[in-house]
Amino acid sequence: MISKEEIKRLADLARIEVGESEQEELAQEIDAILDYVKLIQQFHPDEALPKADNDSAPPLNDKRGLGGDMNVWREDENPTESGTYSKDLIAEFPNSENNYLKVKKIL
Amino acid sequence: MKIENLTIKKARELLDKKEISTKELIEYYLKNIEAKNKDLNAYLEVYEDVLGQAEEAQKIIDSGNAKDLTGIPLAIKDNILIKGRKASAASKILENYTATYDATVIEKLKKEGVVFLGRTNMDEFAMGGSTENSSFGVTKNPHDTARVAGGSSGGSAVAVAADMALGALGSDTGGSVREPASFCGVIGFKPTYGVVSRYGLMAMGSSLDCIGPIAKTVGDTEIIFDNIKGKDKMDSTSITPPTPLTLRGEPNKKIGVPYHILDQGGISPEVKKNFEESIKKMQDLGYEIQDIKLENIDKSLAVYYIIMPAEVSSNMARFDGVKYGLREEGANLLEVYKNTRGLGFGKEVRRRIILGTYVLSSGYYDAYYAKAMSAREVLRDEFKKAFEQVDAILTPTTPAPAWKIGEKSNPLEAYLADIFTVTANIVGVPAISLPSGFTPNNLPLGVQLMAPHMREDILFKIGKSFLKENS
Repeated sequence: MISKEEIKRLADLARIEVGESEQEELAQEIDAILDYVKLIQQFHPDEALPKADNDSAPPLNDKRGLGGDMNVWREDENPTESGTYSKDLIAEFPNSENNYLKVKKIL
Repeated sequence: MKIENLTIKKARELLDKKEISTKELIEYYLKNIEAKNKDLNAYLEVYEDVLGQAEEAQKIIDSGNAKDLTGIPLAIKDNILIKGRKASAASKILENYTATYDATVIEKLKKEGVVFLGRTNMDEFAMGGSTENSSFGVTKNPHDTARVAGGSSGGSAVAVAADMALGALGSDTGGSVREPASFCGVIGFKPTYGVVSRYGLMAMGSSLDCIGPIAKTVGDTEIIFDNIKGKDKMDSTSITPPTPLTLRGEPNKKIGVPYHILDQGGISPEVKKNFEESIKKMQDLGYEIQDIKLENIDKSLAVYYIIMPAEVSSNMARFDGVKYGLREEGANLLEVYKNTRGLGFGKEVRRRIILGTYVLSSGYYDAYYAKAMSAREVLRDEFKKAFEQVDAILTPTTPAPAWKIGEKSNPLEAYLADIFTVTANIVGVPAISLPSGFTPNNLPLGVQLMAPHMREDILFKIGKSFLKENS
């Protein structure tokens, strides 16, 4: 049973304000969902995992790409010219002053 | 010239033969939107410059440079960015956000000379299967307006089904293109993960998200797909789609049916009957049906509802009221975060973020998320093995037809509708939903075909044959 307090803790972690009654509602709903998804704990991957070709290599249990691992990084070169997107981005600032983004004090 | 029952293919012919102008074509759809959208709520916004876009397209046609989609009116889901236009993902947190760049798919469609009619309604941030989770009202099913259109690409499916667009783009993370297409009686297509760039699609579940077309014919979805696919340097998960020469040329005649999944509860008798009829139809078309076993498919929904919320909780973190979107007041920075997200996000979004935070938190990570990731690999492996025996896998698209608006009283009930669609996203394979008939009270039903990675061609081929479309 997930508690109201636990929901509050999770909501705080996720930076979401959640009121008392919603905390209770969510506790029930998330409980029901966890009750369903917990069937995953009956799943035992060890026998089922595909074995690596090479005996000494680690099991292929994190192979997310279709063709295995490949480098998708690009070289750190040819940066976008400064100011190219500034006008459009600044237009979306909720609060700005002289092209600076205005935010709450942090220190 | 009466414009009715058009497909993208037919419209292309008529435009190129100058039997209709883009203006006439677009005006036809604008008229339908005017007549129907107030009630159906498919579009959140119809663009004011639509006729101007039509004019530009006409110039291209007149100069003899028309491409596949020049002048073709499409509807775009509200989570795909078009520079300078609003994109809200049907959320209050982005209600007044203007996109600062084009999604790659939009860039490609702009080069084609497409006419963008407007942005369509959806479940907020693509979280849902009915469009009931939109912050701007539900989208109604044109076949029965007391019922849901499906989701999360409900608006896109209805735009096509109610003749308010010739085609639409949606996004599919767990079935969000296929399910509404099935509920509305049109075709919904999900490509292989990575074949269509996600750059400019607001991320929901980054390892699951796919952009896909919705249209009236398989041929039309193929045309749209061909013009949005491609490796993209802006999306590091994108891959090069196979060119026709690299595809195997076998007959592709074996369809696998995992009959055992029909034994689970919650599948309506109408779906079962229609599915049996669809199997017979495939046999009559010359396909060999094979009973296949997908051992761990009963875990797919659990795998999905662990991995997806986890990725959601991460992807939604960017909406913090700082650089763009809604910013609520607060005494300090922490309060600004909490108030902005508490008020800006709807119920289902908050629910999934919190669920995702839970499964990723220490103490629970191994029990849920790590297990789900292992199960994911096993499911991929099972599908690979199944595709060694058959060319495609057939299932119903959904366990039941469109439900009544407000009928599903708890979230888990709604999640169970995804039971047949989530696996394609978990495993990354392409899938298509084909309209397969109606229930006795005229609600559309659909069947789903899945093919191996990069074998969209198999889906198009079988789909066209099932719907008797001549190539």
